[in-house]
Amino acid sequence: MCGIVGLFLKDKALEPKLGALLSSMLITMTDRGPDSAGIAIYGNDNGNTAKITVQSADPTKDFDGLEYELRRTLDVPVSVVVKSTHAVITLAKDKLEEGRAALTALRPNIRVMSSGDTVEIYKEVGLPKDVVSRFGVAAMSGTHGIGHTRMATESAVTTLGAHPFSTGSDQCLVHNGSLSNHNNLRRELKREGMTFETENDTEVAAAYLTAEMAKGKDLGAALEGAVDDLDGFFTFVVGTKSGFGVVRDPIACKPAVMAETDQYVAFGSEYRALVNLPGIENARVWEPEPATVYFWDHEKAA
Amino acid sequence: MPVFDLSVTPLRELNSALHGLPAGANDLAFEVVNPRGHHAVAAGIDAPVTVDIKGSVGYYCAGMNDGGNVTVHGSAGPGVAENMMSGSVVIEGDASQYAGATGRGGLLVIKGNAASRCGISMKGIDIVVYGNIGHMSAFMGQSGHLVVLGDAGDALGDSLYEAKLFVRGSVQSLGSDCIEKEMRPEHLAKLSELLEKAGVRGVRPEEFKRYGSARKLYNFNIDNADAY
Repeated sequence: MCGIVGLFLKDKALEPKLGALLSSMLITMTDRGPDSAGIAIYGNDNGNTAKITVQSADPTKDFDGLEYELRRTLDVPVSVVVKSTHAVITLAKDKLEEGRAALTALRPNIRVMSSGDTVEIYKEVGLPKDVVSRFGVAAMSGTHGIGHTRMATESAVTTLGAHPFSTGSDQCLVHNGSLSNHNNLRRELKREGMTFETENDTEVAAAYLTAEMAKGKDLGAALEGAVDDLDGFFTFVVGTKSGFGVVRDPIACKPAVMAETDQYVAFGSEYRALVNLPGIENARVWEPEPATVYFWDHEKAA
Repeated sequence: MPVFDLSVTPLRELNSALHGLPAGANDLAFEVVNPRGHHAVAAGIDAPVTVDIKGSVGYYCAGMNDGGNVTVHGSAGPGVAENMMSGSVVIEGDASQYAGATGRGGLLVIKGNAASRCGISMKGIDIVVYGNIGHMSAFMGQSGHLVVLGDAGDALGDSLYEAKLFVRGSVQSLGSDCIEKEMRPEHLAKLSELLEKAGVRGVRPEEFKRYGSARKLYNFNIDNADAY
């Protein structure tokens, strides 16, 4: 099973409601996957700063004094906002890589959930309603986001095994299905220099897209390649800084429903996930075709 | 007429009411509002009831229907009318995957498009789709009729037994052992009857092509192993 949701806003007026809409969609999908939940929210780019979202198994100890120590190490302004087991570290864009290295040195046990200009990822084991509430997702605004409720099949029920998986700056992916060639592909991607934190098949798919985009493809082209190179069952929903994509394998037995209005593009594993969206009664609702890439981009639309 | 609002009434109450009708009951017309993609709406009917569902439903709507007449005024999720025995199910919008799967009887009408595996393993059901159908439809279809006014996707009728397929538009590809067959008078007559029953107007049976099994894979023969 597993449940996926995604929402890509076209209408800026809806941006303050992104977190609330996505939370409601995700909670509706609880019975497709009660093991863990995760959500990626793309906020607004404020120009100069980037964000690293981190998770700790021992947040009281790990986050205590972190802001001070990072400031001292990097010698630039840094802010650390703690949300339950996660913290969002904001720092200058040009200090992002240095910041990640400093984090690894200062807090080796901390796990990086995401990094980039706008993305924040929150994921934990537990029911979706508990996960979204502990991180205050409903109050978040943003331009687009994706979420996942996991019924674990391919690897352990852990925070790192939860989706979304982020393997590149501002990139993330959620998956319903199972891949059959992920071990081989993981070996090939490791040879290309990608690193992996789990034995999870979905992390391989995320890393595959990151590697393809690093070669110069846009998300749409990378997804086209995924149809040929990934073997197994998959419905993927992916996010980039300005883009939102959907692709299903050629057999397409994992469910998917999409809806589009003038205000948004939405994705759900089931129609139920979409019923609370504004204007859904008059939306164009369809089932994405197998082996077909659907892709929207704010920058291209602008 | 009993009206069930699924935004306030649990689904189980609707299905219990449908299942618990005493013999000879007169109040047989049900209305369901706010289905909001719920699963298994009006599943397991075994009485001659009429159920009007005002909105879109999720998985397995009207599954196992035996004698009911169910209309979905919206779209249906995966497995609508799965294993129908008799009666009718009408979808005003689109249907998702495996609509009418394993159906043994009755009539399923989809006024929009149907997704993949429409009529998979059908065993006597008649299915009429006004729009297009997706890939692997009528896979291992055993008997009954699948009528498609639009186009069919990849691998239509793969490993087909005796189900009869009529497609008016294009067929992306035929599955293993499925071939185009001659449209004989009895097929034209049957198709006319099905179009009539499904409320299709202004479409002539002569506009369709018939597809069926070449019967090469019916019984396992080692010489045909490559074709499976």
